[in-house]
Amino acid sequence: MTNLIDIPKVNAKNMTEKEFFYGHKACAGCGGSIAVRLALKVLGERTYTALPAGCMSAVGFIYPQMAFNTNAIITTFPGSASMASGIAVGAKALGQKDVKTVVFAGDGGTADIGFQALSGMIDRNDDVLYICYDNEAYMNTGIQKSGLTPYGTKTTTTPAGENLPGTITHKKNLFEIIAAHDIAYAATASIGYPQDFLNKVNKAKHIKGATFIHVYASCPTGWGTPTETSVEIAKDAVDCGLIFLAEFEDGEYKLNRNPKQFAPVKDYLKKQGRFKHMQDTDIEVVIANRDRKWSRMRKHWL
Amino acid sequence: MKSNKIFISGDEAVAQGVRLSRPHVVAAYPITPQTITVERLAEMAESGEMEGEYMHVESEHSAISATMGASSVGARTFTASSSQGLLYMAEGLHYCSGGRWPVVMMNANRSVALPWSIYGDQRDSLSLLDCGWIQVYVEDAQEALDMIIQAYKIAEHKDVLTPMMVNLDGFILTHTYELVDIPEQKMVDEFLPPFQTPNKMSFEEPKNLGFSSKPDDNTEFKYQQNEAMFKAIDVIRDVDQEFAEKFGRKYHDMVEEYRCEDAEVVLVALGSVCGTIRVVVDKMRAEGKKVGLLKIRYMRPFPETEVKDLAKRVNAIGVIDKDISFGYEGTVYTNVNSAISKIDKYVYKSNFVGGLGGRDITKDEIEEMFNKLFSGVENKSEEKVEFFSLNVESND
Repeated sequence: MTNLIDIPKVNAKNMTEKEFFYGHKACAGCGGSIAVRLALKVLGERTYTALPAGCMSAVGFIYPQMAFNTNAIITTFPGSASMASGIAVGAKALGQKDVKTVVFAGDGGTADIGFQALSGMIDRNDDVLYICYDNEAYMNTGIQKSGLTPYGTKTTTTPAGENLPGTITHKKNLFEIIAAHDIAYAATASIGYPQDFLNKVNKAKHIKGATFIHVYASCPTGWGTPTETSVEIAKDAVDCGLIFLAEFEDGEYKLNRNPKQFAPVKDYLKKQGRFKHMQDTDIEVVIANRDRKWSRMRKHWL
Repeated sequence: MKSNKIFISGDEAVAQGVRLSRPHVVAAYPITPQTITVERLAEMAESGEMEGEYMHVESEHSAISATMGASSVGARTFTASSSQGLLYMAEGLHYCSGGRWPVVMMNANRSVALPWSIYGDQRDSLSLLDCGWIQVYVEDAQEALDMIIQAYKIAEHKDVLTPMMVNLDGFILTHTYELVDIPEQKMVDEFLPPFQTPNKMSFEEPKNLGFSSKPDDNTEFKYQQNEAMFKAIDVIRDVDQEFAEKFGRKYHDMVEEYRCEDAEVVLVALGSVCGTIRVVVDKMRAEGKKVGLLKIRYMRPFPETEVKDLAKRVNAIGVIDKDISFGYEGTVYTNVNSAISKIDKYVYKSNFVGGLGGRDITKDEIEEMFNKLFSGVENKSEEKVEFFSLNVESND
């Protein structure tokens, strides 16, 4: 296995100027498209990209205008991991060398409908990097709740009203569920910390077998945020502790960022239309859940 | 020609056909009565007898998704399923034909729940007739093996590029042992060259596949798919002829007529029941009754020309359906009827629905069907859809 410590770090200076995802029809400020663009710059030309039905496929593959400069394919919604597995295994059977298969799937495509296939892909340890770009709802169909929509979020299927504060469930612990498969490498990231994300993609690129990155990617349309603050808001989410940066490698968890003090959660929430309705009591629920999670992570992952 | 006959089940015959076709990737999920096929393939992958990769997918949906993925980079692929599993694949079946990936699949025909039944009928595949796959139905284990090899040659043809489903009746064929001739690898290699397709992703010529289409283009894609299906009819004929020259076994293209030359009444059927009908035809012929069998091999593309041609020559056609489209009639009957309606002649027709959930169709029942067809012609009876050998009164 490649010694991951020896992999040269990726940064803005040594990254390729080539673009592999452009001319698409994503909304202005789309965080998902930033994640795809950055990851493909690291992965390079010898990449097969698989995307399920969702925003990135809807904006990138409208015949005859194709937005991927490398090989790419839309998969069935529940089958992105298995179709990618088939690509990787097919490429291997055909004797292709130096090839990477990558999936870009949203939170619903990953944590809900695509989860079974993803679990199978990791079980078989097929040579696929699965990247979940998490914008915390089904955005392509118009902002519906997914298994990764956080507590308090107002979506079109979890409206906030007199009786309910919007979404009443918390995000699934996706990263830990993936790690529980004893996967070779898994990580969380945010487009607000691009250097960290790029280097995690680079690490995964060098590992033969199944790897997973959960990248937090803002959605101005679904979140009710200005288009020019997409990167900033994804950074805020990490700084207030609602999103954490971590890795799972060789069976061990590693917390990449452990701030002494969190930025105020309320400031992060109140910048976004989807949380505007939240009462202080709801925000207390969010903070209590964050603290419980961090105390567990600090106890076991440090 | 050197013969290499071994005593194996239909499922095992399929596995032998797959091995000889040298797929790069096999992805399958177990389901009775298909299971033995995938067990044998896994053993062949372990021993190295089969060079391809065996993928342990976690569901049928992933089986079809994985084979499509492998096919999209130019790999030859195989999957197998049955019943509930085939239905779980349904999304992928449409996806696969639309993507023009020539995946080959074995389907062990089995009833569909509810009520649960692991036994055979043909409701699973016939309910998916419109998913854009070539569908062939075989009568015995030898035909199953031979059709797997033929299937790759047909599906992968540049004018076809359409996935193909080889159907064999659950248990009656999958679990029955027969003497099956195993062709030599060298001869199969000569018959079936490696898979070549322009419809793939490659690093020499990168492509974006599985794309969306606007209303302006969608109909044209579907038109092309339909045209490919019609072109498959000629390819099926050529491939069967070439196969006969190479291996000495001929399967009569789209349909097989059995003792239909001067027949007055004919039964139409798919799959294993044709074997029983042949026996009854022989018996009744010996008694001087002019009966015959039309074995439909391909349900898609549909043998319209052959059905019309036969209908012009006979007085009555009965269709046995091991399926029912609730609220109307058997699906095979609907298709046969549509073809007959295009000729300028009256033919007495009747639909016999039965053999569901594994119930045997007996020689006596078949003889009764022939007799009903004779009396239907004589009495100018009303045409009808009949559930035969019901244990409840039909008005219950």
